[in-house]
Amino acid sequence: MKLTGAQALIKSLEMQGVDVMFGLPGGAILPVYDPIIDSSIRHILVRHEQGAGHMAEGYAMATGRPGVAMVTSGPGATNIVTPLANAYMDSTPLIVVSGQVATPSIGTDAFQECDITGVTMGITKHNWLIKDVADIPRVVAAAFHVATTGRPGPVLVDLPKDISNQPMEWYWPETIDDLDLPGYHPVTLGDPVLVGQAAELIASAHRPVLYVGGGVLKARAAEALRALADRTGIPVVTTLMARGAFPDSHPQALGMPGMHGHYTAVTAMQRSDLLINLGARFDDRVTGNVRTFAPEAKVIHVDIDPAELGKVRMPDVGIAGDCRQVIEELLLAMDAHGDAPVVQDLEPWWHQIRQWQERFPLHYSDDDGRAIKPQSVVEQLRDAAPPDTIVVAGVGQHQMWASQFWTFDSPYTWVNSGGAGTMGFAVPASIGAKVGRPDRTVWAIDGDGCFQMTAQELVTASAEQIPVKIAILNNAYLGMVRQWQEMFYEERYSEVYLSPDLPDYVKWAEAMGCVGIRAETPEDVGPAIEKANSIDDRPVVVDFRTDAFEKVFPMVPAGASNDDIVVHPDQAAQR
Amino acid sequence: MTADPGTLRAVRGGRPMRSGGAPRHHILSVLVENKAGVLARVAGLFSRRGFNIYSLAVAPTDEDERFSRITIVVDVETAPLEQVIMQLDKLVNVVSIDELSPAEAVERELVLVTVAVGPTERSQVIQLAGVFGGDVVSVGGDRLTIMVAGRPEKIDDFEGLLEQYNVVELQRTGRVALPKLDRRH
Repeated sequence: MKLTGAQALIKSLEMQGVDVMFGLPGGAILPVYDPIIDSSIRHILVRHEQGAGHMAEGYAMATGRPGVAMVTSGPGATNIVTPLANAYMDSTPLIVVSGQVATPSIGTDAFQECDITGVTMGITKHNWLIKDVADIPRVVAAAFHVATTGRPGPVLVDLPKDISNQPMEWYWPETIDDLDLPGYHPVTLGDPVLVGQAAELIASAHRPVLYVGGGVLKARAAEALRALADRTGIPVVTTLMARGAFPDSHPQALGMPGMHGHYTAVTAMQRSDLLINLGARFDDRVTGNVRTFAPEAKVIHVDIDPAELGKVRMPDVGIAGDCRQVIEELLLAMDAHGDAPVVQDLEPWWHQIRQWQERFPLHYSDDDGRAIKPQSVVEQLRDAAPPDTIVVAGVGQHQMWASQFWTFDSPYTWVNSGGAGTMGFAVPASIGAKVGRPDRTVWAIDGDGCFQMTAQELVTASAEQIPVKIAILNNAYLGMVRQWQEMFYEERYSEVYLSPDLPDYVKWAEAMGCVGIRAETPEDVGPAIEKANSIDDRPVVVDFRTDAFEKVFPMVPAGASNDDIVVHPDQAAQR
Repeated sequence: MTADPGTLRAVRGGRPMRSGGAPRHHILSVLVENKAGVLARVAGLFSRRGFNIYSLAVAPTDEDERFSRITIVVDVETAPLEQVIMQLDKLVNVVSIDELSPAEAVERELVLVTVAVGPTERSQVIQLAGVFGGDVVSVGGDRLTIMVAGRPEKIDDFEGLLEQYNVVELQRTGRVALPKLDRRH
């Protein structure tokens, strides 16, 4: 069967099971947009290429399937650089197809030319510039294989316009050996000797903590983790990337560790004698000052990326492998112990933990109801939301409050930008999540600063009838930066004020085809949420005018030791 | 050692020992796919991760035209060797990595040097090149170009002895290396 390169590309995406892609056409990618008309793949036309990338990420994080975006050359490609960097930091499987100028023009500074494989080399797992039309099916299959196996991540396939137009004889690579990836061999099974050593360390620990990261979600290991936690009775912390991997309602759940983590989660790790790191990476936002982090803890570190083992903290037992497989191996190793206890008596440890939980629960003051408290908005959204609602956040104070005050009870219900900290992530990512899970309610909890960065994608949502719900915690500030300036720059506020009503978020929402709702007093919050939840035929934006002076607590100041965690002022006397 | 992530054993302390005069450099012999941009990927990784390179040499392998071999001398003061190897191994175009510790490797390097010489110095420089097993590869009216190949320390010595002359230009290749052979085989 003879196909053009463009037809072969679309057919290859179909062969990979792609049901939806996000993109925006332009000159160099024009040939590939023609066969889309005849394809089974739904194409969602975005308003800015960054939106396409974040939508594909939201789709991937909500479904576990790789997200696909397509853009043209030059500025189309550079506009999707931020989503690639974001997906690289958060190990999200993202496939970007970019158009490129025709091969004879490459290197001549042609119109809309950009060396996008060069630009994205450091922020993709791998990228390809296709120079032979016959390579298209093989490269697309290889791109999906690389993006979705081992440590998942973004890939980019750059396709010159003349290659798209050339004829080729269609084929499809049958096996992995046909993908021409001689240097790519991800490991998944953990070394049994090391797994046995890990079981021994667990059996001798008195203050163990399961330190659960995003790798558990990537490995679809939530059930295995639950079994391990139930079997051992060890307390569990879930990082920002792992919220939902273990139910917050479980009695062993201590919540989120890190800079704005739960006091008990931070302190339990700090006092631990054994950290069992499953798919986390000792990120600086979790460890605080690395030299003073968990000083008495031995470390078991399980990660599918061998380079993570010893990158920040040298493990006592480092196991390269898939979290689900290694946890299952670990449970088998415990079974093999027969009647010997798999853990020490953890009662004294739990006694200590319960004391921390009683003394330092998450806390905010409602100040007698004078202003809308952002934390209260999150709580009321949570209480009114149907089960398994997907929550999407941008980056900043609203993100931390969403992570702290939502109760995550199942995996893949939390979508946010972790490692890269990309403001503007929430609106497009929520659209992608809703496209992937149309059966679920999708609430984006966003900040006013973030919303302004990517709000135009609500036009896409209206046009494509994707009914997402956006809660703007509008405090008229770049709130997290304001908080740091208040605490660490002597209240010298530099370039952080945004205004509560410029733009008018309700009018803006309506102009984009959404329903716009405003809540100005604490009494408005409940009815606004009720109204938003009742609308299911178009996107809704709720402008919550929240208290601008509210800060996120607890807080470990940047570079400080986790021992120096700052609690809410109301709780400070108890320290 | 071929990097085999499946059987990685964690090491406390991370960096290799360097007491008793142990060298602060290691040699990585990296087999890569012979594809466009591979060198940029490897070099970019080193700069991105803050690893230092002493020298780097690239050439196609004899065995298979699909592959090239990059010999990299790595400064192990800047990063634990394990980290360098593991990060390199993540590059999709990197097929295998052999770590050669200087004690277990044969290393060679080549230098080309042009020296401005008067009538008296001319014979001295030619003689010096002879002592180091080098060749005069180009002769001008008042200049000589000399080539010397050998162990990197030998090149260092040669370079040191040339300091008293008027060196116009000097170019070293960076070292290439292969594992030392076991006498029993």
